[in-house]
Amino acid sequence: MLLYALRRLIYLVPVAFGVSLLVFALVHLAPGDPISAIVPPDAPKEVIDKLKEYYGFDKPLPVQYFRWLAVTLTGDLGTSIGTGRSVATEVGSAFGNTIILAISACLLAFSLALILGTAAAYAKTRIVDRLVTSIALVGVSVPHFWLAIVLVIIFSVENRWLPPMGLGPENATGWRLDWPHIQHMILPTIALSVIPLGVMTRTVRSTIKEILSMEFVTALQAKGMNDRQILIHVLKNAAPTCLAVMGLQAGNLIGGSILIETVFAWPGTGFLLNSAIFRRDLPILQGTTLVLAFFFMMLNLAVDIIQTTVDPRIKRG
Amino acid sequence: MALQTPTLELAGVAPMLATPASAARGYWQSVARRLRRDPVTVVCGVVLLLIVISALAAPWLGLADPYKTSMIRRLRPLGSPGFWLGSDELGRDMFARLIYGGRLSLFMGVTPVVCALLIGGTLGITAGFLGGRVNMLIMRIMDVFYAFPSVLLAISLSGALGAGAENTLLALTLVFIPPICRVSESVTTQVRGFDFVDAAKASGAGAFTIVRVHVLGNVLGPILVYATSLISVAIILAAGLSFLGLGVKPPEPEWGLMLNTLRQAIYVNPVLAALPGVMIFMTSICFNLMSDGLRAAMDVKA
Repeated sequence: MLLYALRRLIYLVPVAFGVSLLVFALVHLAPGDPISAIVPPDAPKEVIDKLKEYYGFDKPLPVQYFRWLAVTLTGDLGTSIGTGRSVATEVGSAFGNTIILAISACLLAFSLALILGTAAAYAKTRIVDRLVTSIALVGVSVPHFWLAIVLVIIFSVENRWLPPMGLGPENATGWRLDWPHIQHMILPTIALSVIPLGVMTRTVRSTIKEILSMEFVTALQAKGMNDRQILIHVLKNAAPTCLAVMGLQAGNLIGGSILIETVFAWPGTGFLLNSAIFRRDLPILQGTTLVLAFFFMMLNLAVDIIQTTVDPRIKRG
Repeated sequence: MALQTPTLELAGVAPMLATPASAARGYWQSVARRLRRDPVTVVCGVVLLLIVISALAAPWLGLADPYKTSMIRRLRPLGSPGFWLGSDELGRDMFARLIYGGRLSLFMGVTPVVCALLIGGTLGITAGFLGGRVNMLIMRIMDVFYAFPSVLLAISLSGALGAGAENTLLALTLVFIPPICRVSESVTTQVRGFDFVDAAKASGAGAFTIVRVHVLGNVLGPILVYATSLISVAIILAAGLSFLGLGVKPPEPEWGLMLNTLRQAIYVNPVLAALPGVMIFMTSICFNLMSDGLRAAMDVKA
């Protein structure tokens, strides 16, 4: 087991190298040089050169890359051009807020999907199945940032039931588990959960349907087991597939929360990334992308390992 | 808008591989027949056709000028005289902008998938057919792109490249190449294992001929079905980028951008502010249902 995990980790090294190359390239894809974005156009040349030297932009690209990689590997993501603060601190605090939102959205989406998908697979009447399939279809088709706006319109503009934006009440620092903060979380959580809900419901439904048609289910019925006892066996068999999709969805949700965070002004990584793009704060853009991609890779690795642990049929080849 | 795992997508497509390429004509005819008999697919097809045709023919439909602003007729509610779907924050006719908006929104959604289909499909078929080191090289490069959540990749790329329609197209194409490549690679690898490929090799056919005659006919179906399922994702993503201000620039009518600029109006005229999203939703749901219908129609032995 440990050996398998280690092997997967080693396999990730070349991928991680490629990721770092791509993230590094992001800054140099940008039109103009990274400095010209932050200094006034009439700045004297000496100032620009000095800044270039300070940020290391005066060296040839391969040198810049390896210097950047060496510094990044020590955990230093550079300094924000916009605020002058360390990128690691900025990304770190934003990442926490993103994770909080992601966890609540995942909990909502996955538990609902499990119930709906199972109900649809077991449904004796077509109505239930149709209803669940339609919900799943809406989930995968709705532009979630539009849904977010619609939620704000219904719950904050038309009726003053829930706050339209922010992490918590004004003047509050950081997230705490109390009622005002939870109120701020409700709308973003719903908006963020629709896509994973749609995808997961589809997955759960089709996986369970497939398993229900297998011979072992008939054998269990013949043995005299009741539906509830059989359900446990069915869920056990559905778990690996569902886990794999869940992991992917959770990762995509964290990476994809940018639009939702922007609508709700939720101070997470997406919001940070979005404001960095408009301030042309390339170190922040680079740092956020790198941290999120790294987290996504680790999440996929974890799912992979969990999957092989729970499913003895997968060979650890 | 999350990309689903290609392996799942493939599950339903595998039986189709048993169809011999020689029966292709009869097979496609039966697919068309099945599609025509599926009411949901037909309705979605008609709705999409209406959206596409009205978008293309917009200049000749006698609509109001979608660029003409009017400071005194801003944010008119739905059903106002002269503006039956209201007017936006600059007094432009909402109905005309929604119809015209389809031009860019559809273009920005469909083009990246088509480009990615050409590039990713070629790469995937090459990797699958040649196998060995070429496969390793191509697929490992794709793995790098897979290490990013798709939305993050799209936004970071277009954020770095800067706002603009061309950059959005480029970023979205890059996002969709890896999944299409992966699907193409895995179906091609399956087809390569069939006896008729060995027979063709034994009869002295060159690699290019084998791919053209024996492989392409068998892999194109599954790849196409997968690509159509990406269109709705692409439309939402493209609109999302414009919504963030990274895509199409004002004053062009585009659904995502319209949602963005109308956001300030949600306290004045909430229904109006939500309208562009209805268009995105409708288009995306139709593409999804069409793709499901296509998959079901092709998931059969001829």
